[in-house]
Amino acid sequence: MQGANPLRRRLGDSIFTALVFLAAFTVIILMAMMVYELVRQSLPSIEQFGLRFLISRDWDPINNIYGGLPYIYGTVVSSLLALLMSVPLSLGIAIFLSQFAPRWLRSPLGILVDLLAAIPSVVYGLWGIFVLAPFLDKTVEPFLIRYLGGIPIFAGPAFGVGLFAASVVLAIMITPTISAISREAMLNVSRDQKEAAQALGATPWETVRMSFLPLARPGIVGAIILGLGRALGETMAVTMLIGNVRQLNTSIFAPAYSIASVIATEFAEVTEGPHMAALIEMALILLFITLLLNLAARLLVQKTGSRAARFKSRS
Amino acid sequence: MSEGNVMSEGLRIQREEEYGAVEKTPRLSPPLTKPEVPSHEPAAGGTDVEISRDSEIFGQSAGRRRSRNFRSKLALTLCALSTVIVMVPLALILFYIVYQGAGALNLSFFTSLPKPVGESGGGMGNAIVGSLILIGIAAVIGVPFGVLAGTQLAEYRSPRLSWVVRLMSDILSGVPSIIVGIFVYTLLVLTFKQFSAIAGGVALGILMLPTIARTTEDMLRMVPDTLREASLALGIPRWRTITSIMIKTAGGGIVTGIMLATARVAGETAPLLFTALGSRTWPTGLDKPIASLPVQIYTYAIAPFDAWHKQAWAGSLVLVLMVLLLSIGSKIFFGRKMKRAS
Repeated sequence: MQGANPLRRRLGDSIFTALVFLAAFTVIILMAMMVYELVRQSLPSIEQFGLRFLISRDWDPINNIYGGLPYIYGTVVSSLLALLMSVPLSLGIAIFLSQFAPRWLRSPLGILVDLLAAIPSVVYGLWGIFVLAPFLDKTVEPFLIRYLGGIPIFAGPAFGVGLFAASVVLAIMITPTISAISREAMLNVSRDQKEAAQALGATPWETVRMSFLPLARPGIVGAIILGLGRALGETMAVTMLIGNVRQLNTSIFAPAYSIASVIATEFAEVTEGPHMAALIEMALILLFITLLLNLAARLLVQKTGSRAARFKSRS
Repeated sequence: MSEGNVMSEGLRIQREEEYGAVEKTPRLSPPLTKPEVPSHEPAAGGTDVEISRDSEIFGQSAGRRRSRNFRSKLALTLCALSTVIVMVPLALILFYIVYQGAGALNLSFFTSLPKPVGESGGGMGNAIVGSLILIGIAAVIGVPFGVLAGTQLAEYRSPRLSWVVRLMSDILSGVPSIIVGIFVYTLLVLTFKQFSAIAGGVALGILMLPTIARTTEDMLRMVPDTLREASLALGIPRWRTITSIMIKTAGGGIVTGIMLATARVAGETAPLLFTALGSRTWPTGLDKPIASLPVQIYTYAIAPFDAWHKQAWAGSLVLVLMVLLLSIGSKIFFGRKMKRAS
C-alpha cells in the first residue's frame, strides 16, 4: 500500500469522493425535482382556479371545474380526530415505558408497540373494512348517537365506513410514531431532573409532570406534529375506510373523502388534462403541508436531541 | 411515604421564595438549605403540586398526602392502561390475519395465478414474485445511493452541505408515499407512456433512500475514530479506508438499516398504484406493468366477492409475515451486533 502509485491513489480518492457527493446531492435534487414536477404538472389547474380551488366544492370532470374543499376537509378532520384519540394514549405509553414500567418489561412492550408501525397500511385497511367498520357500525356508533346524538358531530345515522372509522385506524397507526419519539424525548431528560424532583418530595407522577413533561415538551410536540404529518398523508387505510363520498357533513360518522384517497382512486384512470392537473394540485397541497409540518417537527425534535424521529416517520 | 414527608418541605420553601413567605412562621425553623432548582425548570409547575401554605413542617395533613399519592397511583394506572389499550388492536389485527388468512392459504396460493371471478382456487403467485422483483429494483437503487449519501454525511466534513442533505433526507422520509408515486408517474410513466416494474421499483427505491442514508451515517459515526486514523496512518488511501475499514466495521448496522428500509417498502401500496399498476399474469418484463402483493390485496379487499376477500386475507398473512420477519430479524441481528461490540 505504502508504495502505491500516488497518481492512482489520488484518482481512486477523487472518484470515490465524486460518487459520495453525487449521492448526497441526489437527495437534494430529488426533493427539488419533486416540488418542481408537481408545480409544473398542476400549473394549468392553479392558473385556472387560483385560490378558489381551496374553497370550492365542485369536482366536475365533465365540465372540468374543480375544487378541493371536501377532500381537504376530510383529510384535516380525520387526522385531527386521530390525534385526539392517539395523543393521550401515546403519551400514556411513553410515560409508562420510560418511567413506570418494570425494567424487564420495557423493551418487549416497546417492540410490541413498534409492531403496530410495521403492519402495512393496506392490511389495516383490510382489517378495518371487515372487522372494525362493522363493529363500529353495530355497537360504538349507535351508542354514541343514542347518548350524544343531540350534538351535530355525533348525529346519526351510523355508517360504519366513514370519517370515524378512518380516524380510529389512523389513531392506531400513528400511536407508535408519537409514543416512540416522545418516549425518546423523555429518556433524554437528564437524571438530575428526576432526582431533583424526587428530592423535593414529589410523587412519581409529580416527577413526571414537573420535570419530564416540561423538559421533553419540544420533543413531544415534535412527535405529535410528525404523527399529524403521517396521518395527513396516509393513503391506503383511509381510502379503504373513509367511504369515498364527496360531501361536507358535520357528522363524524358520515362517509367523506380525503386528498390521498381521491388521488388513489381517480389518478390511475385519468391520463391528462385538467382532471389530472387538479389531482396533482391536491398532491401539491398535501406535499406542502407535510413539508412544513416535518420541518417544524424536526427542529423541535432536534431541540431535545432525539435521534429516533427519523426512523419512525414514514407514512 | 416517609421520605415524601421530609422532602415536601423543600417544595414549600421554594414556593415561599417565589411567592413571598407565608405569614405564619413554622414552629421549627427549617434547617434545610434552599434546594437548587435549575433555571430552566419552569417554576415547579405552578399549580401542579398543591401544597397548602399553612401546612406545618413535615406537615401536609395526612389527607393531602394520601390524595397526592392517590393521584400518582391513578396516573400510573392510566399510563399502564393506555399501553394495554393499544395492545388490543394489535392482538386483534394479528389474530384476524392469522385466523382468516391461514384458512385460505395453501400451496397453490404461492404457485398459481389469480382465477377469474366465479372460479374457485387460484393464488397470488404472480403478485409474490412481482413484489420480490419490485423490492429488488428498489434495493438496487436505494442501497448504493443511500449508503454513499450516508458516507458523505459521516465521513466528509462539509457542515453546510451535510446540514442540507440531512434535512432534505429527513423531509423526504416524511413525504407521503403516494406523492412519491405521483412524482415517479410524472417522471417515468408519462415520459415512457408505460406503467412499468421499473417505475414501481424507482418509487420504492426513493422511499428507501433516506432511511438507509441516515442509518449508514449513524453506524459510521459509531466506529471509533482510532480505526480510521490507524488506517490512514498506514498510508491506506481514504477511499480504501472508508470502504474496507469503516463500512466493513459498521456493516452489521448498515445491513440492519437496509433490512428495516426493505421491510417498510415491502408493504407500500400507494406509490405502486400508478407506477407498477398491477397485473393478473406472471411478470413478463421490467418495462411492463407488474403485480405486487399489496396492490393485489387492495384490489381484492375492495371487490365485492367473498372468494377474493379470503385471498386478500391470505395475502395479508404472507405480507405481514414477510415484513415482520424482516423487521424483527433486523432488530435481533442488530441487538446481537451491539452486544458483541460493547
